[in-house]
Amino acid sequence: MAGLRKRRARRQQALRWVVVTLFAVLFLLPLIAMFEFTTRDGWDTWRVFFNWKALGETYPILWTGMKASFWLVLLSVALTLVLLVPTVVWVRLRLPRLRRVVEFVSLLPLTVPAVVLVVGLAPVYAWVVYFVGGSSVTLFLAYTVLALPFAYRAIDAGLSAIDVRTLSEAARSLGSSWATVMWRVVLPNIRSAVLSAAFLTVALVLGEFTIASLLNRDNIQVAINQLGKSSATMSVAVSLAALVLAFALLFLLSFAGRRRNRERKTS
Amino acid sequence: MTSSGVRLEALRRQFGNVHALDGLDLDMAPGELVALLGPSGCGKTTALRILAGLEDSDSGRIIVGGKDIANVPANKRGMGMVFQAYSLFPHLTAIENVEFGLRLRKQNAAARRKRAQDMLDLVGIGAHASRFPQQLSGGQQQRVALARALAFEPEVLLLDEPLSALDAKVRVQLREEIRRIQLEVGTTTLFVTHDQEEALAIADRVGVMRAGQLEQIGSPEDIYRTPATPFVAEFVGLSNRLAGRVTGDVVEVLDTKLPLVAGASVHDGPATALVRPESVDVTADADGTGRVVAVSFLGPLARVTVALPGDAVVVAQLASARLAEMPPGTAVRVVLRPVPVVVSAA
Repeated sequence: MAGLRKRRARRQQALRWVVVTLFAVLFLLPLIAMFEFTTRDGWDTWRVFFNWKALGETYPILWTGMKASFWLVLLSVALTLVLLVPTVVWVRLRLPRLRRVVEFVSLLPLTVPAVVLVVGLAPVYAWVVYFVGGSSVTLFLAYTVLALPFAYRAIDAGLSAIDVRTLSEAARSLGSSWATVMWRVVLPNIRSAVLSAAFLTVALVLGEFTIASLLNRDNIQVAINQLGKSSATMSVAVSLAALVLAFALLFLLSFAGRRRNRERKTS
Repeated sequence: MTSSGVRLEALRRQFGNVHALDGLDLDMAPGELVALLGPSGCGKTTALRILAGLEDSDSGRIIVGGKDIANVPANKRGMGMVFQAYSLFPHLTAIENVEFGLRLRKQNAAARRKRAQDMLDLVGIGAHASRFPQQLSGGQQQRVALARALAFEPEVLLLDEPLSALDAKVRVQLREEIRRIQLEVGTTTLFVTHDQEEALAIADRVGVMRAGQLEQIGSPEDIYRTPATPFVAEFVGLSNRLAGRVTGDVVEVLDTKLPLVAGASVHDGPATALVRPESVDVTADADGTGRVVAVSFLGPLARVTVALPGDAVVVAQLASARLAEMPPGTAVRVVLRPVPVVVSAA
């Protein structure tokens, strides 16, 4: 009996490794290929890539795109969380009947193709330009809409895992204002959900091309696309860096979640 | 510790077509423990939540310590509350949970920690101060919740079925602890439950609610022995429904004349008397008209169900030592003890 169990465990272990290896190959092979492509004619590409001053001078488009994307990431994440977290919590606490409506609305951007979305966004952005100017950073308004379905799902799942109602009522009875309830009770308990929402937004903003390109704005993907026409190796290097950055973020995120659980178990 | 009296006056609350509270009046003396008892949907939890400020009333007054607090938000009412669901903050340890209310009141760290530890010791869980809620059992979590609710010296303590998620043994233990602690700290306490045993065991007074109103309020003994209405008699404790006939202030049931409870207003004529099982005596008698149909052993006590001629069934409660003389099928004689009973229209 014990032998049978041991054999089965060993078989499962082997299967697990096969799956991990397959996926590793699937994910890593393109990255390795990209890396190989960028170093085919020596390390010049990477040397320029890490020398940010030279990078800015040699590829001004790239520099502009990277800067815009940096701000887009920050602003989109901030706006998404500031809009979504209190709304979703409030709907759960006070307007549970609206939950389906909010869910439907937040999922809408997923069902509309980006190209179609641009048709609607173009006149809106005419006004944005009129009021705040034509900076690429204003794209964060559109990106917040795009991020809604993903961020909503993440936050809603996080809230489902705790009894928000009872926790906030307990906090209220202990003397918390609504702001304190949010900050001291709800947020710490949905921290990993908020981090997931933030990360998904980051990934979405870093990968977005269609809207930026069609609205004639610059972001990192638009820059990579344009660069591809003049310097193929640099455009691939930047793509690779963006991908690695996204993976690193994901890894950090799961690591942060795990460490927190372990802290709780051992204390 | 300061403790305030509570007065609810003509509280009304409607959810759609349902009158959750229909003019509820309730008075609680400082330091008193009042249990609100009633079937689900009778409005007891709504009353507690309105007192806590977690729900608004449509009309009526809520007076605590002489002040009307109907417009005071929940976080300014200074009421400690223990919920039915586990309500400890999962990201904080037991002691941090207890400190939460003190922290909001800007108490300094050392005093706060000491007070929290004292409260955990009071509820008998001082050794687990640094554990997170998910490392505690249900009973332990409710103890911490009680410590948290009492730590900031609330004017009123509100207990919303705090024991109903626990298993039977822990429930009995913890309800006694709650009573001990409540007497020790002297906080006016409103305890909502649907478990009559719980209410009778720990309350100074028990209020039985029905359809948004208090049906009767009195000491546990009053409620049990002299229920004011058939509803109370049936809801609190077991009752046999036996056909009888009222004449003046006496009801005749099974050839025995039983006095009616004081204040009952019933017309002469046929009626149903509600007789407690412990007021029924059964003895084995070959000439008896009853026949034992079932017995259930409850430890020191036992219940014997007896079928009487004409479809009537009566349940008697006896010392379980007497079970041996009356296995199912035994012919028995049923005698009612002449204690006051409640009657309802037949």
